Amino acid sequence: MNWVGRRLPRSEDPPLLRGEGRYVPDIAIGARAVRFLRSPVAAGRILALRPPAEMPPGCLFVTGADMAGVQPIKPGLRRFNYRAVEQPVLPTERVHFVGQAIAAMVAPSAALAEDLLETCELDIAAEDPVVGFDAALTPGAPLVHPIAPGNVAVEGELRPEGFAETLAAAAHVVEFAFRSGRQSAMPLEGRGGVAEYDRATGRIRLSASAQMPHQLRTGIAQLLGMPEADLQVIAPDVGGGFGQKIALLPEYPVLVWLARKHRGRFAWVEDRNENLIASAHSRDQRHALRAGFDAEGRLLALEADILADVGAFSVFPTTCAVEPLMALAEYPGPYKVPAYAVRARGVLTHTCPMAPYRGVSRPVITFGIERLMDRAAAVLGLAPDEIRRRNLHDAFPARSATGMVLDEASYIEALDEAMRILDVPAFRARQEAARAEGRYLGLGLSVFNERTGYGTPAFAARSMDVVPGYEVVDIAMLPSGEVEARIGSSPHGQGLRTTLSQIIADRLGLDPGAIRIIHGDTDRTPYGWGSFASRSLVIGGGACQVAADRLADKLRRGAARLLQCEPSEVALRDGQAVAGAASMPIAELARLAHQRSELLSDAIGFNLAETGQYDPGGTFSNACHAAIVEVEAETGHVRVERYLVVEDAGRIINPMIADGQVQGGVAQGIANALFEEVIYAPDGTPLTGTLADYTPPTCAEIPEIEIHHLETISEATITGAKGLGEGGSIGAPAAIVNAISDALSPFGVDVAEFPATPPRIRALIRGRAPRA
Amino acid sequence: MKPARFAHHAPRTLEEALALLATHGEEARVLAGGQSLVPTMAFRMARPAVLVDINRIAPLDHVTVAGGSLRIGALARHARFETQVVEGALGTLLARIAHHIAHPPLRLRGTFCGSLAHADPASEWCAAALALEARMVLARADGLREVAAEDWFQGVFSTALAPGEMLREVVLPLPAPSWRGGFAEFARRAGDFALAMAVVGLRLEGGLVGGARIALGGIGGQPVLAREAMALLEGQAPSSALLDEAAATAARHCDPQEDMHAPAEYRRELVAVMVKRALRQAVSA
Ligand SMILES: Cc1cc2nc3c(=O)[nH]c(=O)nc-3n(C[C@H](O)[C@H](O)[C@H](O)COP(=O)(O)OP(=O)(O)OC[C@H]3O[C@@H](n4cnc5c(N)ncnc54)[C@H](O)[C@@H]3O)c2cc1C
Repeated sequence: MNWVGRRLPRSEDPPLLRGEGRYVPDIAIGARAVRFLRSPVAAGRILALRPPAEMPPGCLFVTGADMAGVQPIKPGLRRFNYRAVEQPVLPTERVHFVGQAIAAMVAPSAALAEDLLETCELDIAAEDPVVGFDAALTPGAPLVHPIAPGNVAVEGELRPEGFAETLAAAAHVVEFAFRSGRQSAMPLEGRGGVAEYDRATGRIRLSASAQMPHQLRTGIAQLLGMPEADLQVIAPDVGGGFGQKIALLPEYPVLVWLARKHRGRFAWVEDRNENLIASAHSRDQRHALRAGFDAEGRLLALEADILADVGAFSVFPTTCAVEPLMALAEYPGPYKVPAYAVRARGVLTHTCPMAPYRGVSRPVITFGIERLMDRAAAVLGLAPDEIRRRNLHDAFPARSATGMVLDEASYIEALDEAMRILDVPAFRARQEAARAEGRYLGLGLSVFNERTGYGTPAFAARSMDVVPGYEVVDIAMLPSGEVEARIGSSPHGQGLRTTLSQIIADRLGLDPGAIRIIHGDTDRTPYGWGSFASRSLVIGGGACQVAADRLADKLRRGAARLLQCEPSEVALRDGQAVAGAASMPIAELARLAHQRSELLSDAIGFNLAETGQYDPGGTFSNACHAAIVEVEAETGHVRVERYLVVEDAGRIINPMIADGQVQGGVAQGIANALFEEVIYAPDGTPLTGTLADYTPPTCAEIPEIEIHHLETISEATITGAKGLGEGGSIGAPAAIVNAISDALSPFGVDVAEFPATPPRIRALIRGRAPRA
Repeated sequence: MKPARFAHHAPRTLEEALALLATHGEEARVLAGGQSLVPTMAFRMARPAVLVDINRIAPLDHVTVAGGSLRIGALARHARFETQVVEGALGTLLARIAHHIAHPPLRLRGTFCGSLAHADPASEWCAAALALEARMVLARADGLREVAAEDWFQGVFSTALAPGEMLREVVLPLPAPSWRGGFAEFARRAGDFALAMAVVGLRLEGGLVGGARIALGGIGGQPVLAREAMALLEGQAPSSALLDEAAATAARHCDPQEDMHAPAEYRRELVAVMVKRALRQAVSA
């Protein structure tokens, strides 16, 4: 029986659907409540900071001065002119963005803590804030941090010799400058943690809504100068993260410090307003592209100037370089780009810091290059699919302009398949007819690849001080025959317990119900990198496969001893070890291996435990997205009529879970394209601190998403699986905005900013009459 | 996001409620569906010391036709209007509007009168009250008074309600059989407060428009009547060109506000579109 490839229902779901999940706020019951005093101004010097004159019993007020000796958060990067910006856990001198935590108030209840915060004395001498690219990059602008001249925290540049000549010699030069709005990852559950002192052992247990528990543990222990062994970090049920919960932000070290110092139990549960203004933002970028094409529409040269607003600090462990440098490294995407020149800068401003968000820079660079392709198609008189076909990589492995190896993929096949499903000629006829009635339909494409499952070598190339990548899985069969796999990945909604059990079940000939995946607890799992960057199924899954194969080998050797045959003659299937006509239950073998080891130990040693490690170089999944939209010219409203995804992520372990990932990603991508934007007033005050103002779409705005899979099995991973966690959000902004631009083509306008909100669309077409 | 301290009273009779309001005066607020008051308290933008929760006063939960009027009690929830509460064009219009207020769970709690008392600039019921010539019946411990919709709204979130008073009922006159209503709004997402809306009512008699009222909401501090456009329609045959002109007139004369969701110019464009749609709906009904 093969479990891989089946739409097995998620074993995670029943308790969650019954409301029996255990999230941080469930664990927080009974703990002392912590609330943070947050900066009301974007920039300034702290003149006075004092608790209310009368503090009720059981209340505490903690400032940076109390936490003297605690190190500042200071992630490192050894190249690209990186300026090692420091973030004090709680500042004592200056504030750098509205919402920055300045002090912690502890009280028996959150309401009382909030009451007390209202009467704290906080006096800040406000200074001129730096908000937005223009303010930050103006010569002589105030510096967000003196260590970063010109407010540039990181800068990368590539410019091959002869680039200018290549571009100048092109038959057509097409330009495109655009801006992508700032976003919040907006997990359904905000951040939060409970830190608890254990009197018996003197250890601290931190339960946190986190994506990377081991890294959080290492990071906090370093900041606080405490033995790492005295800290246990647990990620219980986590209601989404999307990258935001990778970051080590100040609230967690404060909780651990409180628990150690005051030997108690302290909880902070972030509210939505804090999450929107003070957690982490992303994708606030401005790009200018120039591309040279030959007369047939082949891309000869691409030049990109990339600015990413990284906010006020550099987030640990990824650093504030993660967006600009990903854009630098991956702009060419699935296209053959013979000559590529790029400059990418991370710009500091007095705003909430940037952290990775599902797809990181890829939604933005995909938007850039896919809009560019449509523009070039118009200039050259080619159909949008045709210009892409002429430029997509079609021979593998290929090498990208920045030296990345593109493994076997289906760039052209996915495009062709999407075109076939869509029936473009029929759509064009419908579009014509609608235009005659003053209705504007548009079709947009987005072709991209998604770098997934990349291990240590890929991260090492980024030169960060903290290099993620590998995964280790400890697997053991219990005397009862059940299997425990302890993983360093840390799922938080992805259904990994189900998919990993499918992989392991196939290797051991067991039912997935016999496999328990143990995750999210630093005391019970091997050191690992958590879940992000579409890595866990590929890398954690690969390590599970390695570990399970070793265990299977051991079981075969044990069975061979008992069945008196060669290990190679033993097959594990349906819970049995089978050799020809002879067989025995695997559970019986497990019992004997533990309790009658004298029968087996010279063949297999003691216990049934193995370790698997996996550290792949990386693989690219790919997709073609297509959107059909209708733009209402008089209001600027966009309705997504149809959304199609043709996706290739290699071997699909569980198609239902894969589809769920794509659907969720596309929904976030549509949000990115049409709805969500973090907006700051010129003085650095965030204006989008509620869901009424940040306007995430609801199910009423998101269409049915049609998903088709192709399966290209490359050699890049041992399971044949490629990651697909981010693709949905990567492809959608380009597909949607290309569709809007197509719809509005009679007006002769071009969308160069997203989200493409109704007022922005009206501003584009106001006063313009459509061409017949 | 925890409210400041407050005392909560849940009286069972209107008299007790009014006595509490009289005793606590400005310190007290009525708690109806809580769908606006509770979030504002959580943000500490409202911090009443005393809440007079009216949810247990059963007689306030009514929508009745009496004396040529539709009388809407203080506990009538939005959801109640999703099905026709009164025969004819008025009930149809109210049902159409109700579906645009927030989301289904919210409509099960939030009240018609609460919307009028809260006076959000983008409240559908507030614009409707203005278009439909509503009268507010205000009760206090020592008496009653009535306020017409045109005198009720006094700017953003403020009304003619005085301390110690409760909005006991809203009274809508039942329109003539020749009356038709229309409603259109534009919101970013289903259930959002609208960026602009129009509620219209008019009589069509002998092919001519009479008694047209056009209320605009979502564009400024409070709902307003588009008087110039109303005048333009009076006694005219509702040709498509006339409706367009009325819509353009309403847009030209309104004073839309600018905020991060919509520049004033954009809101003005929406007003034209929403008035046009609402008028077309009314005349084609
Ligand atoms: C997500 C969301 C979306 C929403 N969308 C919309 C929308 O699209 N359109 C819309 O119109 N509304 C919307 N609302 C508001 C909702 O309709 C509220 O229900 C309504 O504004 C207030 O009614 P309530 O009964 O909940 O009043 P409450 O919240 O209980 O009270 C609101 C205010 O009115 C006062 N008050 C209430 N009843 C009385 C009374 N009888 N006498 C005197 N004072 C009284 C209270 O003291 C308080 O000041 C939305 C709310 C939310 C949370």
